[in-house]
Amino acid sequence: MRFVLRRMAHAAFLLFGVSILTYLFAALAPGDYFDEMRLNPQIAPETVVALRAQYQLDRPLPLRYVRWLNSVMHGDLGYSFSYNSPVGPLLLVRARNTLFLTLTATLLAWGLALPLGVRSAEYLGRLPDSLVSWMTAGLLVLPDLALTLGLLLFAARSGWFPTGGVVSLDFNSLSPINKLRDLVLHMTLPLLALVLTALPLLVRHVRAAMTGVLDAPFLRAARGHGIPRHRLLYRYALPAAANPLISLFGFSIGSLLSGSLLVEVVMSWPGLGPLLVEAILSRDLYVVIGGVLLSTLFLVIGNLIADLLLYWADPRIRAEPVAK
Amino acid sequence: MTEHRQLAKWLVALGALHGVIACAGFFAPYDPLEQDRGRPYAPPMKLHFRDTQGRFHMRPFFYPLRERGSVDQYDEDFARAMPLKFFAGGPRYRLLGLVPCRLHLFGASGARICLLGTDGYGRDELSRILYGGQVSLLAGLLGSGITLLFGLGIGTAAGYYGGWKDEVLMRLTELFLALPWLYLLLGLRAFLPLAVSPLEAFLLIVMVIGLVGWARPARLIRGVVLSAKERDFVRAARGFGAPEGYLLLRHVLPQTSSVLLTQAAILIPQYVLAEMTLSFLGLGVPEPLASWGNLLANLQHYSILVSYWWMYLPAVAMVPFFLGYLGLASALQEWTAPSK
Repeated sequence: MRFVLRRMAHAAFLLFGVSILTYLFAALAPGDYFDEMRLNPQIAPETVVALRAQYQLDRPLPLRYVRWLNSVMHGDLGYSFSYNSPVGPLLLVRARNTLFLTLTATLLAWGLALPLGVRSAEYLGRLPDSLVSWMTAGLLVLPDLALTLGLLLFAARSGWFPTGGVVSLDFNSLSPINKLRDLVLHMTLPLLALVLTALPLLVRHVRAAMTGVLDAPFLRAARGHGIPRHRLLYRYALPAAANPLISLFGFSIGSLLSGSLLVEVVMSWPGLGPLLVEAILSRDLYVVIGGVLLSTLFLVIGNLIADLLLYWADPRIRAEPVAK
Repeated sequence: MTEHRQLAKWLVALGALHGVIACAGFFAPYDPLEQDRGRPYAPPMKLHFRDTQGRFHMRPFFYPLRERGSVDQYDEDFARAMPLKFFAGGPRYRLLGLVPCRLHLFGASGARICLLGTDGYGRDELSRILYGGQVSLLAGLLGSGITLLFGLGIGTAAGYYGGWKDEVLMRLTELFLALPWLYLLLGLRAFLPLAVSPLEAFLLIVMVIGLVGWARPARLIRGVVLSAKERDFVRAARGFGAPEGYLLLRHVLPQTSSVLLTQAAILIPQYVLAEMTLSFLGLGVPEPLASWGNLLANLQHYSILVSYWWMYLPAVAMVPFFLGYLGLASALQEWTAPSK
């Protein structure tokens, strides 16, 4: 229990630090949303001054930070200039779209990586292993930008998949089965891009963790006792190899919000990524801070989950709660 | 011995690739900014060895493009065969940015030869890819230089001096490790001025990319320094009364070299990709300067994506570099492993 509290306090401290850091960066930056208005001859300088006063951009920095912190506590996360609404609900809608995509992708990637990595470790140095190794090396060489654009190019030229959005325009008029089909077709490409970029790293880690364990004396003994292969691999070897994988899984959860930015922008998936890029280009301060903070929150939560899972899975950590 | 050979193989391959990009002026037939407004989105032109009568020519030649009706439809003009000239004179450039020069690997007189097609302003795509590589690779190299410098400084300070300095620096490192790095990159970029000259933008990008990633190398270097300062020969030197600065420079820092090298091989392609991503999103190096990222940016328009596939080629150009650095990183890891 003390361990859990320690980790949580640590996470809270981290979040607080990140909030100050991003706010400071944002506030010290030259220029704000209303700078472009000042150049517009149709808007009177007094109007800009009044607007800045209305959004309290003319107040001293610590005061603004406290006010913003207060609005964070209320779930508003500040006020978006260009959407003219609180940032919180705005981010929430977009985050839901992102999570829908990335959760599916993460589950798929892990679902593929575990058997591939285990198989590869089992047949170390033989044909299945070299096949998997070549595949991961090939995917690793393809950077995500090239891969995503390539998939989009393929979709655009073949016309097999739609190239943007979550559903078609006429989605509401479709029958339930066609609705599902439409959704799946729209999700295929972004999913493929995300899974293919995540896969090589996961497979390599699973393989490395499993090869370390498969030579262990207790497994040779178990094999000698005639325990069936499947049970041996997944019931005996995998839990013993789980520690680094659990950390990695925590990282997977942590990057649920932030890992898909590029894919979302390229495939015009209405998630957090496009919103953030738009906000940056229009200097919509609080949306940017909110986006960074929300994704940091996820990373921290991911790490926390990994720590708790490790605590649950590994008795050695439970025995000495002081060590990380 | 085999590890040495592996390492040398990757180094030679990477050196050759970088050499081509560094001497972009020689390998590119045209200036990357030279426009040909009459030939927007010309497709990659073909080189021929056999003419329309079926005769074989030793010197490859091409048929210049002729507009067919609408704006971006072209035909080969079979009446005019244009020989390709090797080591031809062409537009002026500075080799490696220093030596004024007019020699190009190939060129043609009378018509433009665009082996990889042209973009919307009729600029030669091959030349733009080669020159764009200079920007992207330089950003990656300089950025990782900055990162390693910071990482080395902070990691060494934390590991060598220990105590409260170590504690504070490592908390800060954890803070930076907790930030999602692409978001941090974008966030940092967001708060810096958007409309700046290309050179300023480039330096800005390099700084931003370089400053974001120092946490991981810092942590690795701290670990190395921590064990390095307790090695017997270091303690012996300290016992003989070696001053702190000498100990650090002569005995401790050299031990971090293998980590630094491996990290460099990992960081450089990552940072090249970071520059590309920023430029792709319109937050990096602006037009008319070419970089691999902003060359790809116009693929965000659906019509260009569908009609002009050769606009995708800059993405292909980076793949051999990634392969090279990936191979180098793993070769370095194998090379340094036994000495640890």
